[in-house]
Amino acid sequence: MKFEYAPAPESTAIVDIQSEYNLFIDDKFVPSKGGKRFETINPSNEKVLSRVTQATAADVDKAVKAASEAYRKTWSKLSGAQRGKYLFRIARILQERAREFAVLESMDNGKPIRETRDTDIPLAAAHFFYHAGWADKLDYAGLGKNPKPHGVVGQIIPWNFPMLMLAWKVAPALATGNTVVLKPAETTPLTALLFAEVCQQADLPKGVVNILTGDGSTGAAIVNHPGINKIAFTGSTEVGKIIAKSVASSKKALTLELGGKGANIIFEDAPIDETVEGVINGIFFNQGHVCCAGSRLLVQENIKDELLEKLKRRMSLIRVGDPLDKNTDLGAINSQAQLMKIRELAESGDAEGAQRWSPQCQLPEKGFWFPPTFFTGVSQAHRIAREEIFGPVLSVITFRTPSEAIEKANNTPFGLSAGIWTDKGSRILWSAQQLKAGVIWANTFNKFDPASPFGGYKESGWGREGGRHGLSAYLKGDFS
Amino acid sequence: MRVDVKKTYKLFIGGQFPRSESGRSYELLDAKGNFLANPALASRKDLRDAVVAARAASEKWASASAFNRSQILYRVAEVMEGRREQFVSEVMAQEGVTKAQAIKQVDAAIDLWVWYAGWCDKIPTIFGSTNPVSGSFYNFTTPEPVGVVAAFIDGSSSLIDIVHGIAPILSGGNVVIAIANEEYPLCAITLSEVIATSDISGGVVNVLTGRTEELTPWVASHMDIDGVDGSGLEMAAYETLKRDGADNLKRIYRFKAEGSPQRIISFMENKTVWHPIGI
Repeated sequence: MKFEYAPAPESTAIVDIQSEYNLFIDDKFVPSKGGKRFETINPSNEKVLSRVTQATAADVDKAVKAASEAYRKTWSKLSGAQRGKYLFRIARILQERAREFAVLESMDNGKPIRETRDTDIPLAAAHFFYHAGWADKLDYAGLGKNPKPHGVVGQIIPWNFPMLMLAWKVAPALATGNTVVLKPAETTPLTALLFAEVCQQADLPKGVVNILTGDGSTGAAIVNHPGINKIAFTGSTEVGKIIAKSVASSKKALTLELGGKGANIIFEDAPIDETVEGVINGIFFNQGHVCCAGSRLLVQENIKDELLEKLKRRMSLIRVGDPLDKNTDLGAINSQAQLMKIRELAESGDAEGAQRWSPQCQLPEKGFWFPPTFFTGVSQAHRIAREEIFGPVLSVITFRTPSEAIEKANNTPFGLSAGIWTDKGSRILWSAQQLKAGVIWANTFNKFDPASPFGGYKESGWGREGGRHGLSAYLKGDFS
Repeated sequence: MRVDVKKTYKLFIGGQFPRSESGRSYELLDAKGNFLANPALASRKDLRDAVVAARAASEKWASASAFNRSQILYRVAEVMEGRREQFVSEVMAQEGVTKAQAIKQVDAAIDLWVWYAGWCDKIPTIFGSTNPVSGSFYNFTTPEPVGVVAAFIDGSSSLIDIVHGIAPILSGGNVVIAIANEEYPLCAITLSEVIATSDISGGVVNVLTGRTEELTPWVASHMDIDGVDGSGLEMAAYETLKRDGADNLKRIYRFKAEGSPQRIISFMENKTVWHPIGI
C-alpha cells in the first residue's frame, strides 16, 4: 500500500523579509563603510530573499569599538542576576516568535520546517534560558573563585544550524559577561539579523551584541582585530587551523568546533528497527549538513545484509522536497558550492570502486538537491570514508569483532561524535570508553541539549559548548 | 683514597637509558663554573623514538584504574624519598644554593609528587558531570586523557619544575615526553631513574636532555603528539610552537609555577555519553 500525501506547506506570511539589510552595530542597523551588498537566496528555489551587507574591516573596527565600550561602560558593571534577566527575556521572545524564526530559517537554509520548528528554534531558546540561569552562579561553576569574562568576543558561525549556532555562541558569552561581535555564515544571514531585532525588543544595552554579515574576509578581519579578546569559531577543520595559526602570537583565547566523520557502530545484537531509525537520523538529519553526522556506518558483517535491506526500505520512504512542507524529511542542499562538493566526493566514491545506492526520488528542478545515498564496498582508504562530505551520503563499512569496530571508528583525524547500537549494557560502556570522540550516542543519535557539553577530540576542535564545561570557554578562571 | 664512580647522564626512552643516537652531548657546568657532567644532546630522531615509545605505552596507562595510577605515582614519591641525598647534591650543584635550601626544595618536590598522586581518582569526580538534559536520557560527561603530551620543563627550579612537568600529565592518564631544562638536566635524569624503578611501565615517561631550541620545531610538527606543556619556553618560542602545532590542533598550554589541577585537566578531553531511559 502506498500512502500519498497532499502538500502541507507552512505559510510564509509570518515572515517579513526586507529587501536589504544593514549591519547591526551599537543597537542600530547602520550602513557599511564602503561594503557592497550580496544576495542571500532560498536554496530550494534559488529565489533571492534579500540583499545583505558585506562588512568591511572598517565595519569590524566600528563593531569592536561598540562592543568594547559596551563591555566597559555597561555590561561588566551589571550584576550577574541583572545580566541573566536579559537572557531570560531573549529566551522568551524567541519562544514567542518561534514560528517566524522557524519559517525564515527554513527559507534561508533549505532545511525542513519540521526540523527548524521542532529542533533548531526550540533548542536555541532553551540555550538562552539555560545560560540565563548561570549568569549569577558563575562562582559555583567549578572554575575557581570569581572567574572573569574575556571582554569582547568574536564569534563566527556556520550555515548548517544558523540560529542554533548563534544561540550556542551568544548565550554563554553574554551570561558570562562578555560582549559580542558575531558573523553569521554568508549563505544564511537572515535569522541572525532577525535576532538583532530580538535584542532590541529585549532592550539589551547597546553594543552588547553586534552582528556583521559578510564572507570569509569579514571573518578574518574579526579574527585579526586587536580589540578582540577571544574567538569562538564553528566551521571546517581547514579554516579552524588557519584561525589557530592566526591567533597563535596574540593573547586571544580560542575555541573551535570543527569537522567530523562520525562512526555509527551497529553490533549484531542491536535492536534492528530502532537502529535503522537511528542510522537515518544520524546521516539524513539536516541533509547531512551536520558536523557530528554518523557518516560512517560500521556494521557487524553478519547483519549487514539485513540492515541494508531495511535501510533501503526506510530510505525509499524519505520525502525529499519543499522545505516548507510539513511532511518533508530531506530539504535542499544549502548552496550550489556545497552541492558541487557533495557531488565531487560522491563521484570519487564511484571512481574508487564503491557502490552507490539511492532510492527512486523525484528531485525538484530548481534549487540544490541531492538524494539520500549510501555507498557499500567502502574501504577505509576511500575519500568517502576519510573526508567530511557534509551531505546526505553514508559510507558503509563492515567489521567482525568489537575491537575491529573501535579501531576503524578511531581511524580518523577527527573525533567529534560516534554512535553505538547494541542491547548489551557492558558493551555500550566499553565501546564508549574506547571511542576517541567528544559526544557518544548509545542507542540514539544526534541529540542535543544546552546542559550537555558538545565538542571534539583531536582535529574536531578545542573546547566544549553547552553545560558547565562550555562556560569555561568564556571565562578566565583558575581551572577551565 | 677512593676515586668516585661518576654517573653518566643519559636519556630515558621507552624504559631504557640510551645515549643520544646522534652521539652528541653538551658540557654542563655547575653554578660556580666547574665541570659537572656531559648530558646527552637529544636529536630529532631521539624525540621520534620517544614518541613511538610513549604512544605504545599510552593505552595501558590510560586504561589503568585511577586508583592504580594513584598508587603507582605515590610509589614514585616513596622511591624519591630514598634518593633524597642525591637530589639534594644535584640541586646544590646546579643551582648553587645552600644545603638547607636544597633540602627544602627536595622535600617540597616529593610532597608535590604525593599531591599529584592523590588527584588521579578525584579529577573525574570534580571535573566530570551528569547533565540534566530534556527528554528521557541519561547523560554524563567525563574527562579522559588526550594521549601523548610533551612537556618543556621550566627553569625556575632544578627539581620542582620537573615534578610539575611530569606528575600532573601522568595523573590524568597521559604519557609524557619531558624535555629537561637545558640548565637543569641532572635532576630530570635522576628522577627518570626513580621512575624506572617505581612500577611505571617503560614509555609512560620519557626524558630528553638537550637544546630546547633544537627540539621545539620537531615537537611542534610531530603529528603523533597530542598536547604540549610549553611552560619552559620563552614567549616567542611558545608562540611559534602554538602556530606550528596547529597543524594537528595540538592542545598547547603554559602554566604558572605552582601546583594546580589545571595542569591535569588541560590535557584531558571531556567525553559526553547519551543513553535513552526506558523499559
